[in-house]
Amino acid sequence: METALKKSELVARLRSDILALQGFRAPALGVKHDDFGLGPVMKAFPQGVFPRVGMHEFISQSAEQTAATSGFMAALAGKMMKQDGLCVWVGTCRTIYPFALSQFGVSPDRVIFVDLKKDKDLLWAIEEALKCDALSAVVGEIKELNLTESRRLQLTVEESKVTGLLHRVSPRLSNPVAAVCRWRISPLPSVADDVLPGIGFPRWQVEIEKVRNGEPGSWPLQFRDGSFELTSDSVSFHQYISKVG
Amino acid sequence: MKRYVAIWLRHLLVDRVLLTRPELEGKSFVLAAKERNRMVVKASSRDALKLGIEPGMVLADARAVQPDLQVVDYDQALPEKLLYALAEWAIRYSPLVAVDLPDGLILDATGCAHLWGSEAAYLKDIATRLKSSGYDVRTAMADTIGTAWAVSRYSRSFPIIAPGEQLSALLPLPPHALRLEAPVIEKMQKLGLYQIKSFIYMPPSVLRRRFGQTTLDQIGKALGNTHEAFEPVQPAEPYQERLSSLEPIQTAAGIEIAIQNLLEKVCERLVKDGNGARQAVLRCYRIDGEIQQVQIGTSGPSCSASHMFKLFELKIASIEPALGIELFVMEAPVTEPLANAQEALWDLSSGNKITAIAELIDRLSARAGADVIHRYLPAQHHWPERAITEATSLTDQPEIDWRTDQHRPVQLLAQPERIIVSAPVPDYPPMLFRYKGDIHRIKKADGPNRIEQEWWIADGMHRDYYAVEDEHGGRYWIFRLGHYNEELSAEWFIHGFFA
Repeated sequence: METALKKSELVARLRSDILALQGFRAPALGVKHDDFGLGPVMKAFPQGVFPRVGMHEFISQSAEQTAATSGFMAALAGKMMKQDGLCVWVGTCRTIYPFALSQFGVSPDRVIFVDLKKDKDLLWAIEEALKCDALSAVVGEIKELNLTESRRLQLTVEESKVTGLLHRVSPRLSNPVAAVCRWRISPLPSVADDVLPGIGFPRWQVEIEKVRNGEPGSWPLQFRDGSFELTSDSVSFHQYISKVG
Repeated sequence: MKRYVAIWLRHLLVDRVLLTRPELEGKSFVLAAKERNRMVVKASSRDALKLGIEPGMVLADARAVQPDLQVVDYDQALPEKLLYALAEWAIRYSPLVAVDLPDGLILDATGCAHLWGSEAAYLKDIATRLKSSGYDVRTAMADTIGTAWAVSRYSRSFPIIAPGEQLSALLPLPPHALRLEAPVIEKMQKLGLYQIKSFIYMPPSVLRRRFGQTTLDQIGKALGNTHEAFEPVQPAEPYQERLSSLEPIQTAAGIEIAIQNLLEKVCERLVKDGNGARQAVLRCYRIDGEIQQVQIGTSGPSCSASHMFKLFELKIASIEPALGIELFVMEAPVTEPLANAQEALWDLSSGNKITAIAELIDRLSARAGADVIHRYLPAQHHWPERAITEATSLTDQPEIDWRTDQHRPVQLLAQPERIIVSAPVPDYPPMLFRYKGDIHRIKKADGPNRIEQEWWIADGMHRDYYAVEDEHGGRYWIFRLGHYNEELSAEWFIHGFFA
């Protein structure tokens, strides 16, 4: 009995040691961590802490998915920027409408858009931006990315502690890259209700396909009044009204 | 204490002609120009001089002396042009070089000679370099421009006059050495004053009465009692640093070290004065006489050597060292006071953050061009394309708040695209639409939201916007252009995608 207890203790300690070796710092007691209001999604991450020091890879295949992913990334970046943070948005053919970012808690004038003409400058610009530790987040829109390139970006992030959000818009192949997390955001029909007309709040199927040292999963999330909330398809009008009040 | 070098290019024009037309070597030729309707000799070659053909002779007389005399056209602007080019070249010896028309250069060599080991080595290097490029040259060094000039032209003794020895150096020289006017010299010669020592000890009042105030001034300038104006061809930049290399630099690593070294020095001075550079120029003087130049600009005043080095790093590849670079000159021609660095860029908490971001923007625009960086501010327009306006500078603050009550798509197409729509009744949202070959059945819709074209800006029809959601959850922003018309089918467009 005693030895079994010791063994489980040992395993737990080894686990946390491995995590530390892999670059995760155990959440210190009393230190408040950003949870971004992601709720159940946080369980996917190692020790329930959103990996700020890492590259997050988002994959979208269609125009609808691209829009949903952009919205989700904007919401995440907004949580990271808080009141006075800054963000750099790098891409080659930008379709983001800066005006709409304010709906996701991002003040559009705090985002610096870098619209490059050449694809070959893209990785360089993302890396330069990630090196700048005065930024809260860097969003990069890139089509293809190989393991070496992503490893390089991940190392830069580990150095500067600036969160990188990479949006891969319809990549030819979803090859493995050195990101801490791979997300896939797809739009879901909004669940305003059945009685009132019109479309509701943005609602997405948030899927974590891969996460280093974590548990992948999939959740339907809705973004309402600046925070994420878990929804299910079966929210009825009455439930909704009672929730809204 | 100042030290000046006078360089006398005795046969400046003749040497120049020989450089461009080597076939004239060893022949007697003159440069002549028209003056009062006759051709007058302006400069004559060494062989012509031996025959007694002096500048100022009429060409016809010279032809009488030497019938097969070659004549080259004299260009009035040439001496000045040549001397300026030589002065630019001589900047490798001193940052302060002045042109001394018609045939000389003056260098302010204060504190420069020790870099060549000694004053003698310094002068020798200048003379050898000029001689090897074909110019007949005589140099002299003294505490004053006047003495250096006199010694270089009229003395056969050792050309380096020790500090304070001007008087003894001038004594044996003819009065011409004081750069006096021709009538004064004539008068002196009439009086038998063939050497400076024969009149320099005269009381000033006597000299003034006999030869005028200018003579006294010239004596004062030569002795160092009167200040002589010195107009360098390139006014010294306040923030300029030089680095001469012991051996010609050819490698990128060497250039990097030089840039770092110079930037540190420049930045140290900038910090001391509370200034920041907006522009920095690196000039590389190659041993073949060419000058390579690279330039960087910053978006805000910067006095960070490491930042400016990163900007220069991107340009190193464009420097062609060829046989090697012997001198690097770094200067900051445009500077601004650093004080406004504390001004809020989006009211950031710390000043370091601003600089870091300004530096990032500098790096990005240095490589990809300045027009790749965009920042947007809200504008008072409902028309979606005009609802944002580009910020002109990084410190621009939004004048109005961003509106969150307007539902706008996160992805906006640059140009609205045509879609095929079937709508039941006027002003009702459509039932389905076809976009890029896919049929989207509309389940939920908001609208119409009519946005009028701003007639004072552009002509065109209004747009009736609908936000619609299809059965898969895709959310789109579509609009009908203009009024519903029974005869014509309405034109529908898709303009964006909601998140």
